[in-house]
Amino acid sequence: MSTKPTPANDQADEPTRRDFLYLTAAAFGVVGAGSVAWPLIDQMNPAADTLALSTTEVDLSPIEEGQAITVMWRGKPVFIRHRTAKEIEEAKADDSADLRDPQTDAERVKEGHEKWLVMVGICTHLGCVPLGQKDTDVKGEYDGWFCPCHGSHYDSSGRIRKGPAPTNLAVPEYTFLNETTIKIG
Amino acid sequence: MGSGNREKFDNPVVEWVDSRLPVFTLMQKEYGVFPTPKNFNYFWNFGAIAMVMLVTMIVTGIALAMHYVPHAAMAFDSVERIMRDVNHGWLLRYLHANGASFFFIAVYIHIFRGMYYGSYKNPRELLWILGVVIFLLMMATAFMGYVLPWGQMSFWGATVITNLFSAIPLVGDSIVTLLWGGFSVDNPTLNRFFALHYLLPFVIFAVVFLHVWALHVTGSNNPLGIEPKGKQDTLPFHPYYTIKDTFGLLVFLLLYVGYAFFAPNDLGHPDNYIPADPLVTPAHIVPEWYFLPFYAILRAITFDIAIPFTDIVLISAKLGGVLAMFGSIALLFALPFLDKHPVRSAVFRPWFKIAFLALAVVTFILGVCGGKPAEGLWVPLAQICTLYYYAFFLVIIPFLNKKEPVAKLPPSIHEAVLSKNKQG
Amino acid sequence: MKYSIFIFLMILTIGFASGSAVAAESSHKIPHQHWSFDGVFGTYDRGALQRGFQVYTQVCAACHSMKHLSYRNLSALGYSEAEVKAIAAQNTVTDGPDDEGEMFERPMKPSDKFKNPYENDKQARYANNGALPPDLSLITKARHGGADYIYALLTGYAEAPEGETLGAGQHWNKYMPGNKIAMAAPLSDDMVGYEDGTPATLDQYARDVSHFLTWAAEPEMEVRKRTGIKVFIFLLIFAGIMYATKRKIWAGVKKS
Repeated sequence: MSTKPTPANDQADEPTRRDFLYLTAAAFGVVGAGSVAWPLIDQMNPAADTLALSTTEVDLSPIEEGQAITVMWRGKPVFIRHRTAKEIEEAKADDSADLRDPQTDAERVKEGHEKWLVMVGICTHLGCVPLGQKDTDVKGEYDGWFCPCHGSHYDSSGRIRKGPAPTNLAVPEYTFLNETTIKIG
Repeated sequence: MGSGNREKFDNPVVEWVDSRLPVFTLMQKEYGVFPTPKNFNYFWNFGAIAMVMLVTMIVTGIALAMHYVPHAAMAFDSVERIMRDVNHGWLLRYLHANGASFFFIAVYIHIFRGMYYGSYKNPRELLWILGVVIFLLMMATAFMGYVLPWGQMSFWGATVITNLFSAIPLVGDSIVTLLWGGFSVDNPTLNRFFALHYLLPFVIFAVVFLHVWALHVTGSNNPLGIEPKGKQDTLPFHPYYTIKDTFGLLVFLLLYVGYAFFAPNDLGHPDNYIPADPLVTPAHIVPEWYFLPFYAILRAITFDIAIPFTDIVLISAKLGGVLAMFGSIALLFALPFLDKHPVRSAVFRPWFKIAFLALAVVTFILGVCGGKPAEGLWVPLAQICTLYYYAFFLVIIPFLNKKEPVAKLPPSIHEAVLSKNKQG
Repeated sequence: MKYSIFIFLMILTIGFASGSAVAAESSHKIPHQHWSFDGVFGTYDRGALQRGFQVYTQVCAACHSMKHLSYRNLSALGYSEAEVKAIAAQNTVTDGPDDEGEMFERPMKPSDKFKNPYENDKQARYANNGALPPDLSLITKARHGGADYIYALLTGYAEAPEGETLGAGQHWNKYMPGNKIAMAAPLSDDMVGYEDGTPATLDQYARDVSHFLTWAAEPEMEVRKRTGIKVFIFLLIFAGIMYATKRKIWAGVKKS
């Protein structure tokens, strides 16, 4: 193949050029492998149709004071609670308590809609669904929710008060479209 | 794979692992310093290329399986969802679909190389047979993979190919029912094809491992077909062949991505974008191009084989076609035992060279016949070609065993290369 | 010699591979049209796509579904989010059951699939003399000739030649395999009002709707080609580097 003779005394300057070629080739190999790996990983992220379904509208009008409903949003339960005046009082009173994940009740609801508490109903410990939605459920020591898996107690604002969970129940992004309809996501 | 004569590594971590499990020694021995004939041409790239294609198919396939739904009612739609909604889904699917074709291209060139240079001969018979096993497994895998999108060609291809087994006397129909898991190609068939399509590539991988193992026992053949006689005839595998294989691979990948990105459906068939319909058969059922030569042999047997002057049919046309088709692959298994000529490479066998290149052309023509409707002149053409295919193995090769003169071979690879370079 | 064999074989294999795919062709010669999406650098014409969508909505959608497309996909045609919402809301879909267990009608959302003109295939057949209007989501990929074929079919209606008899509900078309088609000529001049001043002719409608249907079948085409060019150039340079490396390493081998 190679007809050009390479004299033996040429060997001295060989390594530099060879090293340069090796290095460039290796760099291309690494970039190539990385570019191939990305689509293979990214294909596991939510697909376009999954993302398109990621908002849910909920009509709040049928929920009586003191009642709660659970709706599905992105495959997860969302707790929507129509809180009583007593529950709101308790939540506000505890704003100054010693909280693990300090947050005021006002930060967890929409202004003017304090009676509506909307949260992702998944315990921040290891992902179980806490009890407290039904009247007959155990509500824990703080009149909110209680996770039966490892005993986390949440108050009437959904804040973690006792047990292993590290943070408050998450409040999803949502907006009031009108007085009785919210759009989650 | 023993750790008998292990050399120490400088890196303490490598040394720690290697003294307990000598994987680094193994790699060093089999891919680092492995003595490889120094006169390979670019035909010798295709083993490595086929290996890379196998890995590509497995990797893209696993990603696709994360989104594909193996159910008759949902398979077609789930493939469209992959194409439209899954992140990079179109890329994965087109790489996988075209990858099958390019895997076969690599393997066909690899087989051509093996036959042309006599790589199947003593002591590499088992190496060759393992290769044919890989080829068979690939055909089964590709066939079942093509069924999965559940388009018209998928469905009717599956129907026609599974019906081949009904040609078997007595038990044929029971076997077909067993394959289907029902009374026609339907959801149970699709389900099991998916399961097997997922399994078989790993079986292929295992057989490839044995194939490479066998290769490393005998060492590689080379274009001259003479064994290396010493150090001057060989080079360490790395860097000489790692670099050369990578270069060849990249050129091959250029063609592959050219198809996958710019003509992704040219190797497929439009009918497979129509959802499977058990009530309507497409006008022309054509298998994927890599099956066409065998499909032509299947259809070439248009006549019953009967006892002369009676009406007693020994082999019906249907069974005859199936036997001819499977026989054409069985002959590949038998090749190392049919060809007893002492000279390996076609370079020194002018008679064999002509007969073999004719076989390659004949196989190509068979492929063209397989893509045409079975009518008119295509039928006798396919029959003549089938006849030559069989004659090559069963008549010409035994004849050459006896009659082809044994050429004087170069004394060594080294001297042959040297004298050639002086001329050039 | 050995390289010529090698190159020959490579060309043979690839040529054979692509040749076989078009082996089973109909006898009708479909004329090739010029499309902006042709070739390695081809892209869709947003104007043509929007006009084609308009033709589909106002004409084809009466009988043909496009069940693999969602309204949200229309943003690729250059429509804004609000426009897509408005287009989707023009149709209604049956959803439910609601809290009382009843099904209800609601306006469609961008995440919904295109409205299907029929409840099911049987209804579609019944309404069309027993012929099922094919789904159009993949039609250009599902027919030999792609966009050229669709254009040819839509403009290929003619009087049946002497001696050919058409059955009830059949029409003569030069490019339909077998020449007999159940669909009556769907397009005629001035039937759809274009807003951008493009001539409202049958020919233009056929061209635009073929363009739109090609996009519908291959919405990924532009990004596919863009990515392909990058990958190709990368591999080309990489191959060049490997060739140089290979020559360098092998330089000393063959002579000694």
